[in-house]
This record gives sequence, structure tokens and C-alpha cells, in this order.
Amino acid sequence: MSATAADRGHPESRPRASGLARRRGVSVVMVTLTCIAAAIAVVPLLVILAYLLRQGAGALSLDFFTSMPKPVGEEGGGMANAIVGTLMLLGIASAVGLPVGIGAGLYLAERRGTRLANLVRFLADVLNGLPSIVMGIFAWQFLVRPFGHFSALAGGAAIGAMMIPLVTRTTEEMVRTVPQSLREAALALGYPRWRTSLQIVLRTALGGIVTGVLVAVARVAGETAPLLFTAFGNSFWSTNLQQPIAALPLQIFTYAISPYDDWHAQAWAGALVLIALVLVISLIARFVTRARHGGGHD
Amino acid sequence: MKRPSPDVTATPPTSVAAAASPAPPPAIGASILSSTEPARHCPSIQGSVVADRIYRGAILFFALCVPVLLLLIFVEVGVAGWPALRQFGFGFLTSSTWDPVKENFGAAPAILGTLLTSIIALVIATPLALGGAIFLSEFSPSWLRQPVSFLIDLLAAVPSVVFGLWGVFFLVPLLRTGLMPFLRDTLHLGATPFFSGPAYGPSVLAAGLILAIMVLPYIAAVSREVLMAVPRSQREAALALGATRWEAITGAVLPYARTGIFGGIILGLGRALGETMAVTMVIGNRHELAASLFAPGYTMASLIANEFAEATTDIHLSALMAVGFVLFLITLIVNGIARLLVRRVGEVRV
Repeated sequence: MSATAADRGHPESRPRASGLARRRGVSVVMVTLTCIAAAIAVVPLLVILAYLLRQGAGALSLDFFTSMPKPVGEEGGGMANAIVGTLMLLGIASAVGLPVGIGAGLYLAERRGTRLANLVRFLADVLNGLPSIVMGIFAWQFLVRPFGHFSALAGGAAIGAMMIPLVTRTTEEMVRTVPQSLREAALALGYPRWRTSLQIVLRTALGGIVTGVLVAVARVAGETAPLLFTAFGNSFWSTNLQQPIAALPLQIFTYAISPYDDWHAQAWAGALVLIALVLVISLIARFVTRARHGGGHD
Repeated sequence: MKRPSPDVTATPPTSVAAAASPAPPPAIGASILSSTEPARHCPSIQGSVVADRIYRGAILFFALCVPVLLLLIFVEVGVAGWPALRQFGFGFLTSSTWDPVKENFGAAPAILGTLLTSIIALVIATPLALGGAIFLSEFSPSWLRQPVSFLIDLLAAVPSVVFGLWGVFFLVPLLRTGLMPFLRDTLHLGATPFFSGPAYGPSVLAAGLILAIMVLPYIAAVSREVLMAVPRSQREAALALGATRWEAITGAVLPYARTGIFGGIILGLGRALGETMAVTMVIGNRHELAASLFAPGYTMASLIANEFAEATTDIHLSALMAVGFVLFLITLIVNGIARLLVRRVGEVRV
């Protein structure tokens, strides 16, 4: 017993000192490794963006936005139909996804803690992880097969359904950040509940909800798999909602797996436009968030 | 005496302030005592009760859309896949023949290919994502944290088809001429069955690599949030006991965040299992599962994407639907587990 006490009393006993040095060494090595991991994690994005810019910028011109696809072998051509098609599909998707998403989000925030709210929240999260191809074949089975033809409506509805869980969850989160006192103040002034919810609470949370909506739009803008068997793509000009419609991601896919160099160049240009669209929407979302935090213009 | 019922919607006050201003303070006491006041307000209160009901009904309806949608997907895809599942039975999951001409379908190669590519993706992505998340939450200087987090998050915003395009023209050639010969010949891994055979380029390995890049931001984001939520006192206590910075992480922070990080990894798995476009473009699309990662293969999602438009017979279509149904069930379970894990962590924190 006295021996152990003596051992403890020896702070500079050798094994301890070298143990500490080793432990410090391990620590430095591991911290460096995490730093390297973070650096490597950033590399793919930079490589992809750089390669995209190099390949896409050459094929990109004003023509690309204004003219129609040309057959293989002919110079030039663009994706005017696909760009318009993508914007239309996003419009349909928003019309489907936003009311449901925002409504469900309001429900989750207001009926918080109830069993149904917990279930819906859980299922929204599960829906968020649904493979896009499954949404694609579902939409085909549900909205294309019974009508006998591919349509812009079916494609828009498919990606609109993919927006629902995202919009639901952000709406809920944002509505929850509105102070309870604000709601109580409105109710105390004799505001009916529905008006309190829509005009006071929802309006206060609007900035955050807009951000969430934009993020959702940016995410589904690049979705391809749900459109493969619904919107289907179209090499001609069409704005008919009942007919197949072109979309940027579909066009990129078709061109990328084709054997023609002209089409590959077009695919790169299309990818550049698509990613620019997604980034611009994402940046607007960030800007909206910042503006909301910055100032009470209201 | 009676005025026309003041409808709520007739003169909508635009804000709380506007609603407050027309009511002078003395009126409050007076209105309680005055007998005419309730009569004046009754219709509007009744109106607002009805409106409240409508509002509640509406948000309940929208909320119910979520479970109904999931149920609808389950039923529609399940019913469409049922003929194939009934005809081939359990063999649909274990058989490796996929022959549209003889109408004999077994999805084993696609199912195994899906699992294999996802596992490759997780093996590569998890250390990088977790390491990056630990760096950002624990060691990073604060000026670096925001931009690096932003760049990693941005990776999640890149559309799948763009990953695929980049995979076809950058990653696959790089594999064919660089990485594959390097692994096989320079590192002599060709002796094992996993890295042998000709290096075509489009392969299970290519799909796994591109999936790794795609799921990395998801795992990193969840891990970072979970780590940030670990209380400071946890780290301080470990450091005060004489732990090094790394020991504080492994001894005090990671155990605290373990469940959440695990949930993040499972979430990444869910993404990898269902990823379609990028994988379809680089995996090579072949109905055989070879031991070698250099060989082309198939995943469930890429099988559907590739053959659905060309399926001419009913049973072929049904078989593809059945594959979709199996994929749906697998991701449903995986995502369910992930959410439960992440949720539990969230509840402990808040």
C-alpha cells in the first residue's frame, strides 16, 4: 500500500511522462487528420464546379437560351424549350407542394405534441427520404397510366410531392420561432384564432418560410428521376400542360448518354445553366434570411 | 338600435397595432358592463368560430395529405408490382436471372448491387464527413467554420444528373486510366477477387465513389449539428481532468453525440440506396453481380430508370414496379430508423 502511495507521489516517473507525450502526439495527429478530412470534403465540389465551368462555358451562348435543340451534326442550337419547361414544371410543383406543405407545417406547429402531429412529422421525414425514382414510378402509375399519355401536369405533381416534406418541416420550425406572446397578444385583442395564425404568426414567420420554399424549389429543380416517366421530355416547343414537356435535367441526361460530341457540349452547357439556376435560388434564399434578420421594414 | 352585423372580414385590421388603436382604454370596462355590447359582438364571434373551424379543418386536411400520400405510394406501387411478386414469389429476391424475353425475373443482382454501392459509399464518406464535422465543430478557427460549412452544404445542392455528367466525363475516365490500374497493379490488389479484371471504367466502384461524394454532405451536416449541440461543459470537464484535445473528443463528446451521428450515417445510407441518375450513368448497367468492383453492375434504382420506358410486357413492367416496391420498403425502414435516432438526440438537447 505504501508502495502505491509512493508511486502516486512521483509526478515525474518515466512511464507517465512518455505517456503524456504520446497522448499529446496522438492528439496532434488526429486533429490534423480531421483538418485534412474537412479539406478533402470540400475538394469534390470545387473540382465539379471547375470542370463544369471549363466544359460548359464554351458551349454557352445567347443562342443556347433562345433557340431550339438542333439535330446531330448541325452547329449551335439551344435548350429554350427545356428552360421554359423546367420553369413551368416548377410552377406546377409549387402550386401542388406549397399549400399542402405550408398547411401541414401550420398544423404541426399548432397541434404540437398531439399523437397525429408526431405521426405526420415522422412520416414527412420518411417521405423526405423517399427515392426519387419511386416517386417517378408512382406518379406514372397514378397520373400517367390512367390517362394514357405523359404530361407536364404529372411531372409537376411528382416533383411538387417531393417539395411537401421540406416545406412542411421548415414552416413548422419557422412558426415555432414566433414568440407565444405575439399570438397571445393578438388573441387578447379579440383576433379570431385563424386570423391570428394567418395574419400574425404566419406573417411574422414569412421570411423563414420563403427561405424554406426557395430551398425546396432549388432542390426539385434538378430532379430528373421523377420526370423520366411523367414529363418525359420533348424535343419540340410545347407549353401544353396535357402534353409531354421538355425539362433541363432530362435534356442533360439524354444528351450525356448519347454518343455525339455536339450533344455532350450541349449537356455541359445545360448543366451549367441548371446549376446556376439552383445556386441563384439558394443565394436568394440566404439573402431573404439575412434581410429578415437584418431589419423590421414591416 | 341593432347595427348590421359587423362581419370580421369586412374591415380587416392589417396588424395588431391597427386592431388596437380604435379601441380606447375606457371602452374595455364599459363594454363588459354595457348590455348592448355582447349583442353587437355575437355575430362576429359566431362567424369567427365558424372560420376557426374551417381553418382547423383546412390545416388538418393538409397535414393528412402526408400520410395519405405515403399510403397511396405504398398501395399503387405495391399493387402494380404484385403480379410479379406473386408469380416469382420469394425467388424474386434471390434469383439472379433477369430475362425480359423469357419473362423470368429475379432482382438479386440489383438488390445486392444497391447494398454494395451504398456500403462502399458509406465506408468512404463516413470518415471524411465525420472528420470534417469534428474539425468544424471543435478545432476550426471561427472565420473558417462558416465558409467551409457552406461549401460542404452546397455539395448537397448539386443535382444528381450533374453528378452523373461529371462522373461520365471526369470520374470514369480517371478510374479507367488512373485509379483502377493503380489499385490493381501498383498496389497488387489484383490478386484479390475484388480488384481484378479489366478496367472498363463504368463499374460498381465508380458508382460507389460518386455516391460517397453525394452522401458526404448529408452525414457531415447531421454530425456537425449533433456535435455543436453537445454542451460545452462536457468538453470542459474532460479537459479539466487532464484529457488532451483529442481525448476530450473521443472520451466526452463523441459518446454524447453517438446516437445522432449514427442517425446521420443511416440517413446517408437512405440517400445512397435510392440515388438514381448519377448511379445509372456510371454503373455500367449489367445484370450480373461479379465479385470484382471493377465490373459493371446494377442497382435497383438504376434498373428501373433504365428499363422502365422500354418495358413492353405487363410482367416486365410489374417486375420493375416490384423492384420499386422493394426499394421503397428498404428506404422506408432505413429512414425510419435514422429519424428515430436523430429525433431522440434532438429531444435530449432541447
